[in-house]
Amino acid sequence: MNRLEVKHLKKYYTSQKAVDDISFSLAPGSIFGLLGPNGAGKTTLLRMITGILFPDEGEIIFDGKKFDPDTDIAYIGYMPEEKGLYKKMQIGDQAIYLAQLKGLSKAAALESVKHWFVKFEMQSWWNKKVEDLSKGMQQKLQFVTTVLNDPKLIILDEPFSGLDPVNTNLIKDEIYKLAQNGSSIIFSTHRMEQVEEICDHIILVNKGQKILDGTVNGVKQQFKENMFAIGLESIPENISTPAFEVISNNRDHQLLLKIHEGYKPNDVLHYFLQQQVGINSFHEILPSLSEIFIKLVEGTPLTRQFQTVTA
Amino acid sequence: MNKILLVIQREYLVRVKKKSFLFTTIGVPIIIIGFYAVMIAVGVSGGPETNKIAVIDEANLFNGNIDKAKDDGSEYVFISNQSPDSLKVKYKKLGYDYFLYIPPIEDFTKNVSNIQLFSKSPVAMKQKRKIEKTINSIIEQKRLQSANISREQYRSIKSDVSIDNKIVDGKEEKKGVAAVATIVSFVCGILIYMLMLIYGTMVMRGVMEEKLNRIAEVMVSSVKPFQLMLGKIIGIGAVGLTQFAIWIVLIVGLQFILSIFIPSFDLSTLPQTGQGAGAMAENVSKMDAFRIGFHSVPWGLIIFSFIFYFIGGYLLYASLFAAIGSVVSEDQNEAQAMVFPVMMPIVLGFVIMTKAITEPNTPLAIFGSIFPLTSPVVMMGRLMYNVPISQVIISMLLLVLNFIFFAWLSGKIYRTGILMYGKKVTWKEMIRWTVRKS
Repeated sequence: MNRLEVKHLKKYYTSQKAVDDISFSLAPGSIFGLLGPNGAGKTTLLRMITGILFPDEGEIIFDGKKFDPDTDIAYIGYMPEEKGLYKKMQIGDQAIYLAQLKGLSKAAALESVKHWFVKFEMQSWWNKKVEDLSKGMQQKLQFVTTVLNDPKLIILDEPFSGLDPVNTNLIKDEIYKLAQNGSSIIFSTHRMEQVEEICDHIILVNKGQKILDGTVNGVKQQFKENMFAIGLESIPENISTPAFEVISNNRDHQLLLKIHEGYKPNDVLHYFLQQQVGINSFHEILPSLSEIFIKLVEGTPLTRQFQTVTA
Repeated sequence: MNKILLVIQREYLVRVKKKSFLFTTIGVPIIIIGFYAVMIAVGVSGGPETNKIAVIDEANLFNGNIDKAKDDGSEYVFISNQSPDSLKVKYKKLGYDYFLYIPPIEDFTKNVSNIQLFSKSPVAMKQKRKIEKTINSIIEQKRLQSANISREQYRSIKSDVSIDNKIVDGKEEKKGVAAVATIVSFVCGILIYMLMLIYGTMVMRGVMEEKLNRIAEVMVSSVKPFQLMLGKIIGIGAVGLTQFAIWIVLIVGLQFILSIFIPSFDLSTLPQTGQGAGAMAENVSKMDAFRIGFHSVPWGLIIFSFIFYFIGGYLLYASLFAAIGSVVSEDQNEAQAMVFPVMMPIVLGFVIMTKAITEPNTPLAIFGSIFPLTSPVVMMGRLMYNVPISQVIISMLLLVLNFIFFAWLSGKIYRTGILMYGKKVTWKEMIRWTVRKS
């Protein structure tokens, strides 16, 4: 059974189709990447999944039942892109308050807050106010408040913005652990290298529509351009073969090749063996998600234009 | 709802724990009492001011001597060896504060004019009155003599009637005093007006804080926007009631303590201090009237209505302020422009109230006390004057219905507005949000 199923979700505003027929599903324990340029409709989509907005059409199935914001909200942790906390409120009190709002009893909230504060070495912050924290510290606190209720579904919108590498890794490790314990995670970002590293499954949204859906590896295979890197002991002066062409040539005796249609990697090796050139390494170059992202989104205007909606 | 209670609790505790709450709650009554104390101290120690007045009495009104019994506290010095024109220039140099010139009077029975008081700066009203009183009484005496009427006869002729206002409300007869009714009405009206403004804008600032610090989205992923809004409104309302209750306790308590240490420090004797013995008797009777009037106030009704209209009016305006707070962005000027239409009816209510306390039954006053946006302030101004019970009921009912309506309306604006960042919201858009189904 899927943790979350989104079916043909639509949300139209007067000036644009913010979310236009998006479907996807999410298994327990999986880490799901939601990608898309600014204004693609990611935030609107996430707001519908968190019950902040109601979809115009389509349905959301949470744990096998129709999503009911009133009760299911207790099992969801949402860290929006626009993050914030009460600046003048004491940090300990604030964390307990937010946990209680998620439905925890006061005692359970206190226990959970203590547990996480110890884990993230934040005990000394208890009586401080949020305004005393640096931006990175606030981000860390925000993450903690998101997972206090041990949610089944955790939605993180740009969770690493403003974090140093040490804290990024700290939170990344926690995300893995949460997923291992069965939480499903939706991870929304523009930072492709993080998506590649963390996510099992991604979808790419543009102009309110889903334009790509698959595992990270599957997507890369889908968009591969038969690019290979080969490390040679010496580089022959003239390379001419119908099997491939040289794209670039760098100083470390490495060639970047593109294999032509109808030929195989073996043909490349065969060619260099024939030329009696020593081969040090040979591996496929898959496109990075960034490249795929840019390729797919390219050509569409950088920011969304307003369009008239007839629906 | 459990979540609403949590929100109320937070909004309440966060504000009550603040140092500024402690300061305004404890500080304000101390400042008020301190102000009183200073006023009384000045009144007790100062006494009446004595002025030295040079007099040229060409009409020979006083025969060179002012009767000590009629002494008004000023020192009169009669000067006969100087002309008015020369004294006019140099009286100050000779050590006098004023120079009173009484030209010759041909006929006392005719209207007397041309008496002049010279001074370097405008004479205090009180001082002028004193001198006028002294001169009037001597002219009166001369006129009595010329008409051959004795003082006793004159006293028996002179009429000094004051009307007793009996309030008959079916159960008992009470003496009413118009001044007391006016004061009580005005104080109640102005308090409601101020409380609605102070705590209404506090709600607005709270909502703006949530929006500008980007807490709103985190919050509404666990609480319904309407719960968040209502929780904030009720929480801040409770802060207001707490503050108000502490003020009353403090003011009453401090007055009690001070009246032990300073016997003269008692509100009921306040106006008597520092006045001449003659004026005293008059003031005592005024105080009696005041006390009687005070008892004629239907306190039960006033207090009940005050609490009702405060809560009703506050809830209504707080919802409007919350809606405004949710749509403004960082720009402070924009906030002010948005607030203006909400402020207007409050101010309008205040203006109508100031009229209604003296003329409680004009159509405008009746309308103002029923129209829900002005009724909390205006009705408090009218309540002392036996407003028909049907009007009170309609007014209260409309207030409650309108609060529900405006809370619903504001809830719709709030839930959309609070998640809009960096965008200027127009009135047209806000109206569209309210008619759109969720």
